[in-house]
Amino acid sequence: MDLKRVKDYIYWLYYQYLLITCSYVLEPWERSMFHTITVTVLAMVVYTAYVFVPIHVRLAFEFFSQIFGGQTKSTV
Amino acid sequence: MANPSAVCNGHLHHQKQNNNFLKSGIYKKNGITKGVKKNGVSNGTLYKKTFIEHFEQAPMYVAVLTFLGFGVGTIFGYLRDFMRAWGLEKRNIAAEREEQKDFVPLYQDFENFYTRNLYMRIRDNWNRPICSVPGPQFDLMERVTDDYNWTFRFTGRTIKNVINMGSYNYLGFAETDVNALKTVTIELQKYGTGICSTRQEMGTLDKHVELENLVAKFLGVEDAMVFGMGFATNSMNIPALVGKGCLILSDELNHTSLVLGARLSGATIRIFKHNNMQSLEKLLKDAIIYGQPRSHRAWRKIIILVEGIYSMEGSIVRLPELVSLKKKYKAYLYLDEAHSIGAVGATGRGVVEYFGMSPDDVDVLMGTFTKSFGAAGGYIAGKKDLVDFLRTHSHSAVYATSMCPPVAEQIIRAMKCLMGLDGTTQGLQRVRQLGKNTRYFRRRLHEMGFIIYGNDDSPVVPLLLYMPGKIG
Repeated sequence: MDLKRVKDYIYWLYYQYLLITCSYVLEPWERSMFHTITVTVLAMVVYTAYVFVPIHVRLAFEFFSQIFGGQTKSTV
Repeated sequence: MANPSAVCNGHLHHQKQNNNFLKSGIYKKNGITKGVKKNGVSNGTLYKKTFIEHFEQAPMYVAVLTFLGFGVGTIFGYLRDFMRAWGLEKRNIAAEREEQKDFVPLYQDFENFYTRNLYMRIRDNWNRPICSVPGPQFDLMERVTDDYNWTFRFTGRTIKNVINMGSYNYLGFAETDVNALKTVTIELQKYGTGICSTRQEMGTLDKHVELENLVAKFLGVEDAMVFGMGFATNSMNIPALVGKGCLILSDELNHTSLVLGARLSGATIRIFKHNNMQSLEKLLKDAIIYGQPRSHRAWRKIIILVEGIYSMEGSIVRLPELVSLKKKYKAYLYLDEAHSIGAVGATGRGVVEYFGMSPDDVDVLMGTFTKSFGAAGGYIAGKKDLVDFLRTHSHSAVYATSMCPPVAEQIIRAMKCLMGLDGTTQGLQRVRQLGKNTRYFRRRLHEMGFIIYGNDDSPVVPLLLYMPGKIG
């Protein structure tokens, strides 16, 4: 019973996604093409975020802490 | 009305300015009533009840998503056009023959880009044939498409009891109840359906005279004239009333019939912003100060074309301000009450009654019988001189066939019901019920979170959807 409600809710979410991006009006092959492209772009965004964001954050943190706090850091 | 001998509220120079204008009635300037206040009681505002109109803007994310949706549609449109141009897909639209390629093109491919690529995908929602009377529920013919809306075929079945949200049957007079239509059947058997003549030749029947007298009584004017088609009433009579050398000031969102009539007349047309009295006043002032474009002579006639209820926005015209403006600048007013006659006002007599004004204020009252009366045709009402002039000079009276008798009888019975002349209070009940339904419907839709345009009392309710995916 609960599983059916969850499935209905997911289907409703999928339906809302189709309506909002206007892919509800596309023919089936166009819809598959659109889904493929969207999923590919989203996957690339997620991958880029996963690989690069921690490094960027760490570098930014070091940069700012060097300005405000760490003048005593010496390379000797 | 202000009393000229009343005690002023302390501003002497305002008092001097007001004295010349007081005789032409109350009017508003920039939303401030310039009236003489007597002991703190003002001479009343122009509107007896509150005039609330909504035109709210959608939130930002809705606008962004709408553009996104159109972007997706456009990209796929280009893709499909590319495939069609290179022969990868069959072309279903009209195209010229190979032999005619050197002539002036008949069909420009890009002009119909949106029709071909966006409208075709969702066009199965419109123009569906119905097979019963458009009451609160009606029957639809089932229609399927095999090739994504390029062609349709009917399966032969009907879908029963579809809820009607879109027809103009405001008071429900388009009905099939046998008792209600008794008089219409009698007239149908007596007169038949065809007139086969124009009004001026042999087409004026006693039914038309009876109907015209009834319409004049209903509206409270001196005389009226009826025509066979509502659209033609506007487009054929405006050219009879105005000509070259006259000025037409028409609202931005007027109906096509008014625009066509204005263009056919040959007069100069100027547009003012929708329901915006400041814009109209500026145009009137410029017209009177500068006169005709090159010769600077005075205009022969200045006529203002407005509608009672605008069918696409659901907004009601600001009649009191309009009438005071027209009286101040001596212009004529042509009021098209296609949607408001029978639907607003305490007893259903239209926008004039809704604002509590007298029908003498409006020069030409025009309306149609298509919406609230469940029939077809239009009327023009006003002073007897005006209607007599139209009887001889209107293009519709000379060339178009007149209204057929059963339709005239349907209007007569609907109007008698509305006025209470058939002995029941059914007409008044219907008008009251319509008012209650309108307010309830608008309130509930608003509570549900939809964006609704228009005045709170107008039975026309535009609901904005925004995203192209949701329209289909």
